[in-house]
Amino acid sequence: MSQEHSMNDLSIIKKQMKQKQRTLFRKKFFSNKLALTGTIIMSVIIMFAILTPLIISTSPYTLDTANRLLPPSAEHLFGTDNYGRDLFSRVMYGARVSLVIGFSVALLTSIFGTIVGLYAAYFKKLDSLLMRTSDGLMAFPAILLAIAIMASLGANLANVIIALTIVFTPLVARTIRSSALIVKEQTYVEALRAQGANSTRIIWSNIFPNVISPLIVQATFIFADAIIVEAALSFLGAGIPAPEPSWGNLLYDGKTVIFNAWWMTIFPGIAIMLTVLGLNLFGDGLRDLLDPHNKSKK
Amino acid sequence: MLNFILKRILSLIPVLFVVSVVVFLLVHITPGDPASVMLGPEASPQEVAKLQEELGLNRPILEQYVTWVGDIFKGDLGTSLFMKQPVLTAFLEHLGPTFSLAIMAQLFAIVLAIPLGVLSAKFRGSILDQTFMGISLVGISVPSFLLGLFLILLFGVELRWLPVAGYKPLEAGLDVHIRYLILPAIALGSMQAALIARMTRSSMLDVLSANFIKTARAKGVKEFIITMKHSLRNAFIPILTIIGQTFGTLVAGAAVVETVFNIPGIGQLIINSVERRDFEVIQGVVLLIAVSYVTINLVIDLLYGIVDPRLRVGKR
Repeated sequence: MSQEHSMNDLSIIKKQMKQKQRTLFRKKFFSNKLALTGTIIMSVIIMFAILTPLIISTSPYTLDTANRLLPPSAEHLFGTDNYGRDLFSRVMYGARVSLVIGFSVALLTSIFGTIVGLYAAYFKKLDSLLMRTSDGLMAFPAILLAIAIMASLGANLANVIIALTIVFTPLVARTIRSSALIVKEQTYVEALRAQGANSTRIIWSNIFPNVISPLIVQATFIFADAIIVEAALSFLGAGIPAPEPSWGNLLYDGKTVIFNAWWMTIFPGIAIMLTVLGLNLFGDGLRDLLDPHNKSKK
Repeated sequence: MLNFILKRILSLIPVLFVVSVVVFLLVHITPGDPASVMLGPEASPQEVAKLQEELGLNRPILEQYVTWVGDIFKGDLGTSLFMKQPVLTAFLEHLGPTFSLAIMAQLFAIVLAIPLGVLSAKFRGSILDQTFMGISLVGISVPSFLLGLFLILLFGVELRWLPVAGYKPLEAGLDVHIRYLILPAIALGSMQAALIARMTRSSMLDVLSANFIKTARAKGVKEFIITMKHSLRNAFIPILTIIGQTFGTLVAGAAVVETVFNIPGIGQLIINSVERRDFEVIQGVVLLIAVSYVTINLVIDLLYGIVDPRLRVGKR
């Protein structure tokens, strides 16, 4: 009876400690003003992207040639584009495209990069093969490789995600590998091996949890990079094809009328800037918290 | 030193192999038959078969790769289907503007960023430091093509100070050449500047807290000499790394910025080739850029050996 009691106490204490840790984590994160700004910016953008179909009644596709290139007004907050479509609605729908791409690429590169990075770190023989391959892929500037892959695959949303995943996976793999190499040298991993634990178990239940922090930080920055590269691809005509709105192809349309309609460049441009800035701030804040060794110097 | 150089050069071989495989595969990941994609939907089956024969697409894939690599070693990067000229010739014709733009952007970035980074580190935590670092954070968040568009709006459309599009070769006079490149170079160089400034600052902070700097101060060395000679020289290796690593990105970024400002460089060559599905050109140009990127990094690694003799005997 008493033993059961103390077990209960122990689990309660454990729970309390965990909770305290979490509160401390939150406090620390939000006391970093820049990280807080980033979080707010991102929350607002994500909220807009999710709620867009509910709050915006104007379709981003309705053509209205009588009202082409109207400057911003109460009726059209961001003005209209060269086909008379409402720019506000197009920018908001563009946010959905950008976030879907950014998130998918961050998730997929995390999965593939983690697998490659962990196995490369653990098995010496695989290491040189995997790392030379990623060196080779990293010899291509990101945008250029993405353009080349898109040229072969054809321009659409799924292919943008595939191309960017190929381009960014090596970055994640490198980060994971270098963190895993350090963990692998720890005594407890040696002890596990001596006890005869199999490699899959060591890799996934003992090494993997220790590389999650750098993984999350890296994924945030890849989220931001993916949004930039997607915008560049669509701007160049190799990304999301018209008429589907994406910030990149809105800018492409904007460029053709840059001398007459500043709003077509300014609004999608600010949208990209804010999102990337928000993600960078958020990522910096996370890094300071999760990865104290890499702390950006204050 | 010789040993170091040799080892470094040998380590390039596997990387270049992977690069060549990736570039080779670019054509083969096309859904459907590459030859019919290149010729477009109106091509007759005979035309497609003829092109397949010409490009060797009907042979085993391994044989195709070996022939392709063999041709590259002979200096043959293929022939543009659309422009009817060798890819290498087309590349060299478009290289000038891109090269000028990348150099201008790099110079702009270095001249702006290193003094700012040094000042930020010297006056760490001051308003000056916070302002510079705030600006650099925004700088990192604005992609070059976007900044280019903003610059066109501000300087070209509103203020009308500078030309907003086009390119004038050096033969038109140095001042004209530069005038046309100012806005593109700022657009392209700003992100670079932000990265270099941040790296300079953090690298300088590391050095400034080192013991030998305290010693120098104790000896009564002038603060200016401490900053410029004792600190900056030691802080230079990470700065050099970031300059080198990002040079490839700069060239690729030039491709995008060129489209914004209608500069007839490598970028325009690639984008036009993507529209025309001119795979030979895409392959050739991407290969050349990746190889030059790898080579630039090699040169920078070798430069370290000169700047910092400790690295010559290092683990590499």
